[in-house]
Amino acid sequence: MNDGRALRAVVAFALMGGIVLPILAGFGQTARAAFGVLPAIGAVEWSLTPWAQLFALPGFGTSLRLTLVTGLGSTLLALALAAGFCALMHGRMAQSAMGRLLMPFLAAPHAALAIGLAFLLTPSGWIARLLSPWATGWDRPPDLATVNDGWGVALIVGLLIKEIPFLLLVMGSALGQLPVRQQMAAGRALGYGRGVVWVKLIMPQVYPLIRLPIFIVLAFALSVVDMAIILGPSNPPTLAVAIMRWFSAPDTALLLPASAAALLQAVIVAAAIGAWIGAEPLAKRLGLWWLRRGGRGHRAEPGLLAASSVVLTLLVLGALALVSLLVWSIAWRWSFPQGLPQSWSLKGWMTPGSGWGRAFQATLVIGVCATAASLALAIAWLEGEDRARRARATWAQALIYLPLLVPQIGFLYGLNVLFLRLGISGGMLAVIWAQILFVFPYVMIALSDPWRALDCQHVRAAAALGAGPWRRLWAVKLPMLIRPLMVAAAIGFAVSVAQYLPTLFMGAGRVATLTTEAVTLASGSDRRIVGVYAVLQAGLPFIAYGIALMVPAFVYRNRRGLSGGA
Amino acid sequence: MSLDLNAVTVGPKGGTPLFDPITLHIEPGEVATLMGPSGIGKSTLLDAIGGHLVHGFTVSGQVELNGRDLLALPAETRRIGVLFQDAMLFPHLSVGDNLAFGLVPSVRGAARRAAVEEALEQAGLAGFAARDPATLSGGQRARAALMRALLAEPQALLLDEPFSRLDAELRAEIRSFVFNHLRARKIPGLMVTHDASDAEAAGGVVVQL
Repeated sequence: MNDGRALRAVVAFALMGGIVLPILAGFGQTARAAFGVLPAIGAVEWSLTPWAQLFALPGFGTSLRLTLVTGLGSTLLALALAAGFCALMHGRMAQSAMGRLLMPFLAAPHAALAIGLAFLLTPSGWIARLLSPWATGWDRPPDLATVNDGWGVALIVGLLIKEIPFLLLVMGSALGQLPVRQQMAAGRALGYGRGVVWVKLIMPQVYPLIRLPIFIVLAFALSVVDMAIILGPSNPPTLAVAIMRWFSAPDTALLLPASAAALLQAVIVAAAIGAWIGAEPLAKRLGLWWLRRGGRGHRAEPGLLAASSVVLTLLVLGALALVSLLVWSIAWRWSFPQGLPQSWSLKGWMTPGSGWGRAFQATLVIGVCATAASLALAIAWLEGEDRARRARATWAQALIYLPLLVPQIGFLYGLNVLFLRLGISGGMLAVIWAQILFVFPYVMIALSDPWRALDCQHVRAAAALGAGPWRRLWAVKLPMLIRPLMVAAAIGFAVSVAQYLPTLFMGAGRVATLTTEAVTLASGSDRRIVGVYAVLQAGLPFIAYGIALMVPAFVYRNRRGLSGGA
Repeated sequence: MSLDLNAVTVGPKGGTPLFDPITLHIEPGEVATLMGPSGIGKSTLLDAIGGHLVHGFTVSGQVELNGRDLLALPAETRRIGVLFQDAMLFPHLSVGDNLAFGLVPSVRGAARRAAVEEALEQAGLAGFAARDPATLSGGQRARAALMRALLAEPQALLLDEPFSRLDAELRAEIRSFVFNHLRARKIPGLMVTHDASDAEAAGGVVVQL
């Protein structure tokens, strides 16, 4: 028992000191600067001028509008489309097959996918090349804004391709907890069509189970930076991108309004989630009113079909985007209307010294360290819960999700200011630590359910045989959990590889990873070079998932009881 | 209203049927009973008649309701109600909303609420409209489920061991409640059960599978 308490104390200390306090301190710094206090540039007087400056900055209003439209729009669309696809496919496709279909989209980092989409959709992109000149009549790239369009359509498309698979995944696991088949039969026996039963009965029960993931999606879409740089409107950009530009502008006078905007970004996310929660009772009343009328309307099917075809189109686009990265990275001569390169070359790949070698190495080191630390912390937390024989408190659960719900830009700059003062900014350690903030929650989420599902009987049997708590952990629990542990590690590694802002801010521009390089190069550089970076960036998570699946299969090749699903 | 099975049997697609073909005529208000050992396919037959057959199973023969051939129709247009073993009240809706969900759409406006209230009263559940179904007793749940099924105005009702979770005393009470309603509304019923007393109380044809 004492042992458990010590372990939990260590975990609590690490979490408080390593995650909660830094986030709060970062916000504290940002807020101080937002109200005029940033001694590093000689600003020492509290005032509201940063806000006045912010509102007067050119493009501020447009940026704000773009953020709201792309953030809320993509989230609502993703939810509706995923629900429609889920309704049509559930029961017709095994959950495991669905998982395999979604895996590439979940694993691919936002930046790589966005670069691939840009390769695909620009007027000189692959789609235009495949359709030209026979269908379009173009023999040179037309002057159209298909990417970086002023409406943010390309950005919304990019967000949808990442968010829909995520929502489908959480919907799938939520549906596993509901007696869908029986309720479908009950609903249809009362005269309701399949689609209507989904909309009126099943989805309202799924919703509460996926509410938190929806909020994560919403918060992310409102504050995304890397994807918005690559696909979003460029002048003015979305608010998060604008803030990043102001922060990194040579003119230090912009730091104060940028801080105000970073604080505003956090307020926007909080307000959007608040508005969403506020709209829930309204939606519930409307839904119940509709349900009580008892309309059988057999016409929901076409809607589901339409939603599903949109989802399929998006997934095909996403897959093509990933393929186009590879094609471009090995293309040599590829003049415009040709469907495929006229000549191929591995030149981009043969020169790691040109930059991608170092970036690859840094990405690998940061990813492995951040993942290992997060995994250790997660195991310590879960083991501490086991030893205390206590369920997780709500506040602890909220703590895990905190880094995923607050916008990164809101506290990372402030935190960097703090680090600068402590003299630890700009190093690998600072970057690794900042990434753990975002890797740990995903590792924890991935590991919690399998850990709790572990059969207690085995652990009790070990105890009855005289094994102490540490031996039970090392000799029974961890080996039995190797599959979910590996999957959690792969997810953590993928999250780490995809991180953009934490690397950029905490590395103070001195730590270059595949992601920061790819985003920087994405606009206007040689597509062959960008392709190499993006392929590597997208490839690392895939390799991690491959290893995660292969290791347990190999270790337990002669153990049927452990070779089943994760 | 009558329900007719003509040489009906079910089985896995491309496999052997689970039982010999059944031919059965059920009069309005009559409740026929299917009995037989577990796993023989009684519930699968009900699924086939109601249109809820799981993927991989197939049905042969004809099922007619008032001369209407059913097997080609989707479940929701067959007008066949089902009483399930665990009542299957939707857990996220109140008791009243469960009934409102069942009530035919042709009843409109304020009449809908009145129809639900009346059904609740008939089920001895007056004033229960706002209740969470999880707070009901087993017998109350069974009665609410019957009312929900009846409000949809089915032309036949399938009963898939609906009384098996109830204790003996309650069982007799709920059973006569259900059968009386079916008789009064002249709805043919087909029941699957393991309990001979259910079949006796139903008073209709008994088919041994």
